[in-house]
Amino acid sequence: MDTTFSPEDTKFQLEVRTFIEENYPKSLRESVNKKRKNGEELSRDDLTAWHKVLGAHNGWSAPGWPAKFGGAEFTPTQKYIFEQECARGECQYIIPFGINMCAPVIYTFGNEEQKAQHLPGILSGETFWCQGYSEPGSGSDLASLKTAAVKEGDHYIVNGQKTWTTLAQHADWIFCLVRTNPDAAKPQEGISFLLIDMKTPGISIRPIYLMDGTNEVNEVWLDNVKVPVENLIGTENQGWTYAKFLLAHERSGIAGVARSKKAIERIKQIAASEMSYGEPLIQDPAFMRKIADTELELTALEYTELRTLAKASAGKGPGAESSILKIKGTDLQQSVTELCMEAVGYYANPHMGTTLSNEFVGPDYATNLSGAYFNFRKASIYGGSNEIQRNIIAKMVLGL
Amino acid sequence: MDFNFTEEQTLLENMVTSFVRDNYSWEAREAIVKTEEGWKPENWNQFAELGLLGVPFAEEFGGLGGSVVDTMIVMEQFGKGLVVEPYMPSVILAGGLITSLGSKEQIDTIVPTIISGEVRYAFAHSEPQSRFDLFDVKTSAAANGDDFILNGFKSVVFGGPIATHLIVSARTSGEQRDTDGITLFLVDKNAEGITMQNYPTIDEYRASEVVIENLKVSKDMVLGEVDKAYDAIDENIDKSTIAACAEALGVLQILKDTTIDYCKNRKQFGQAIGKNQAIQHRLVDMMIEYEQSKSILYMACTVDLSNTAERNKAVSAAKARIGKAIKYVGENAIQLHGGMGMVDEYMVSHYFKRATMLGILFGNVDYHMKRYSDITQANVTKITDNLTSHISNPNN
Repeated sequence: MDTTFSPEDTKFQLEVRTFIEENYPKSLRESVNKKRKNGEELSRDDLTAWHKVLGAHNGWSAPGWPAKFGGAEFTPTQKYIFEQECARGECQYIIPFGINMCAPVIYTFGNEEQKAQHLPGILSGETFWCQGYSEPGSGSDLASLKTAAVKEGDHYIVNGQKTWTTLAQHADWIFCLVRTNPDAAKPQEGISFLLIDMKTPGISIRPIYLMDGTNEVNEVWLDNVKVPVENLIGTENQGWTYAKFLLAHERSGIAGVARSKKAIERIKQIAASEMSYGEPLIQDPAFMRKIADTELELTALEYTELRTLAKASAGKGPGAESSILKIKGTDLQQSVTELCMEAVGYYANPHMGTTLSNEFVGPDYATNLSGAYFNFRKASIYGGSNEIQRNIIAKMVLGL
Repeated sequence: MDFNFTEEQTLLENMVTSFVRDNYSWEAREAIVKTEEGWKPENWNQFAELGLLGVPFAEEFGGLGGSVVDTMIVMEQFGKGLVVEPYMPSVILAGGLITSLGSKEQIDTIVPTIISGEVRYAFAHSEPQSRFDLFDVKTSAAANGDDFILNGFKSVVFGGPIATHLIVSARTSGEQRDTDGITLFLVDKNAEGITMQNYPTIDEYRASEVVIENLKVSKDMVLGEVDKAYDAIDENIDKSTIAACAEALGVLQILKDTTIDYCKNRKQFGQAIGKNQAIQHRLVDMMIEYEQSKSILYMACTVDLSNTAERNKAVSAAKARIGKAIKYVGENAIQLHGGMGMVDEYMVSHYFKRATMLGILFGNVDYHMKRYSDITQANVTKITDNLTSHISNPNN
C-alpha cells in the first residue's frame, strides 16, 4: 500500500499548477465573479472559455479520453491531481455532457464517420452538447421513455418531449434516447441512441426556472424532427446498453471531492469573518464540529474515489461501486452548501439579482448562499437519484 | 389534561383558514409576491376587519386579549398559505414590545392604530455582528438636550419595507454585549437620518437594511425606561419565536401532505413510488417529525411564560427541535418530488424555502441547542451544589 505521489506525479502536479496560473483567462475569472455576485447566469462563453484553453493543450479538456482520439489519457493519479489543481485554482468546471458523457459513447460504440464528425468539436469546446434522457413520465424509470423515432427512408422522424435538459439553451447538439421499437418484449430492448442537431426544424425549448431563480434546465420538445439515420449510434434498439455505459461514466465524475474540499476552505474563511457569541464563528465549537464532520467524511470519500480509480486503472471499468461516489459525493456537496448558508446567519435571507433587488446588501461572500443550498438539492436527484443508486448497489453489489 | 382549542379559538382558526382559502390561492399569492411592494394592502385591511390585528392586544386597548395559543393558531394557518403580509414582525413582535414597555399614553395612542391597520411597525434590532444574540447592540444613542442622537446600522429588518414606523434599539450605556444599557426608540420610517435599503428575501418576503445617521429622536419617543429594554426584547422575541414555530408547523404540514400525495400518484416502474418501502419509511419519519414538532410547540405554548428561565428553556427546546424537523421534512419533500421539487413553478419549493428561512429566524438549531443546554447546565450546577452541601453536612 502506497499513497504518496511518485516524482513524476509531483512534477505533473507542478506542471498543471503552473499551466493554470499562466493560462486561466483573467477575463473569465472577472466575468464569473461579477455574475455570481449579481446573481446573473453564466453565458455560453463563460461556460466554455476554460474548456477551449484546455482543449488546445495536449487534450487536457478530456482527461479520460484515449490519446488516439486526442484526449489526455491521464493515469488515475494524474486525473486526481488534475481535478485537485483545477479546484485549487477555482477554475470554471467543464460541462460534462460532451466530454464525459457523449464522447465516451461515440468513441466506444460509434462509427469512424461519427468519431471524425463529433470528437474534435467536443474536445476543443466548440460544440456544446446537452443530454436528452429524462421525460415527464420517465425519471428514475428511464427505460419507460416514450419519445418515438420512426424510420422513414433515410431518416428517423422523432416526436416527444424531454425534460430537465441542462443548458439546452446553449446546445448545438443533443444526444437522445428514443424508442424505436414500441413492441419489444422489455422496454429496455426498444431504445436507440440518437444524435440530433439542435437546429433541426421541429425542436423547441422552454426554460424551467429552479427554486433559486436560475434557468439551468429546460423542456425540449421534438415535433416531427427529421434525423438522418447516420446519426444513430451503434445498433438500433441497443441504446439502453450505451445509456447504462454512459451513466456509469457520469457517476464516476459526480463525486466532486476536490471542489467540496475547496468549498470547506471557503466556509472556514467565511466563519473567520462572521461573529457568533461575540467571537469569530470559527471559534464556535458546535460549528467547528460540523466542519470537522464534513471534512473527515470527505477524506474518506477521497480515498474511496482513489481506490475506485486504482481499480479502474487495473483494467476494470467503473462499476456499480461508482454509485457510492454519487451518493456520498452529492451528500457532501449538499453539506458544504448548507454550512455556507448557516455560517452567514440572517444574511441567508436577501435575494440578490432579481428585478426587485438592484442594490447589493450584506457581506460579499454571503450573496445568494441560500440560493446555492436550494439549488444543490438537485444533486441527490439528478444523474440517477440517490434512491436509484442505492437500488443499484443493493442489486448489483450486494445481490439482494 | 386537555389539548383542545376553546370554542373561541376554534372560531378564530376557522376564520383564518377561510381567509387563506379565499385570498391565498397559489395564483393570488404569486401575483402578490411579484409586485414591487411584495404585499397586498387589501389583505391587511381584511385582517383589521376580521379583528386579527387585535388578537394579541389586551381588551382594554381594543384588542381581543389573546394568548400565545391564539397567535399560534393564526400563524399556523398563515404558514399553510405562505401568507407574506408581515403579521408576526409587525403585530406580534413590534406590537408586543409596545405593550410591554410603552407608557399608558403611548399604548393608548399607538395600539388602536395598529389594530385598525393604519400603522405597521418593524423592529430594527439585529446587526451584522450580533447574529442571534439579542443583547449585542452597537448602534448608539447619545443624550442631547431633549433628544437622543442615534447612529448605527441594522441588518435584515423583516417587514421593514412594508412598515410605516420602526422600533430601533440602541445602546445608551454599557458595552456592546451588555444586557443593560439597551433602549428602544419609536421612529417614523421617513425621519431624516434613516436610510432604508429594501429587498426581497429568498423566500419572497421583504426586508430592509437600515442605515441610521445622526437620527434625532425626542425623549418622549423612548419606549420604556432608558437602558432597560433587554428583558422586554427577550420576552417578545421568545413569543415571536413561538409564532415562528407555529408558522413552521403549518408549512411542514403542507410539505408532508403534499409529498405523501405526490408519492401516491407518481408512477415509476409500473407502480406508485409510495409502494416502495424505502419511500414509505421516509414518509413515516416525516410524519413523526411533524407530530414531534406539534407536541413541542404545544409544550412551549403552555409553560409559564412570565418565568424567564422556564420560558427561555421551553422556547429554545421548541425552536431547536422544530429546526431539525424543518431540515428533515423540507429536504425530503424536495427529494421525493424529484425534479418537480426543484421547480419554481410548483409550490413545494416555496414551502421548503420558507421553512428553511424560518429555521434561521430568531436563532438556528445550534443557537437554541446552546441556549437550552446553558440553561439546563445552570440547573445541573444548582443540583450539584445542593448535593455537595447535603453530603458535606450529614445532619441535613
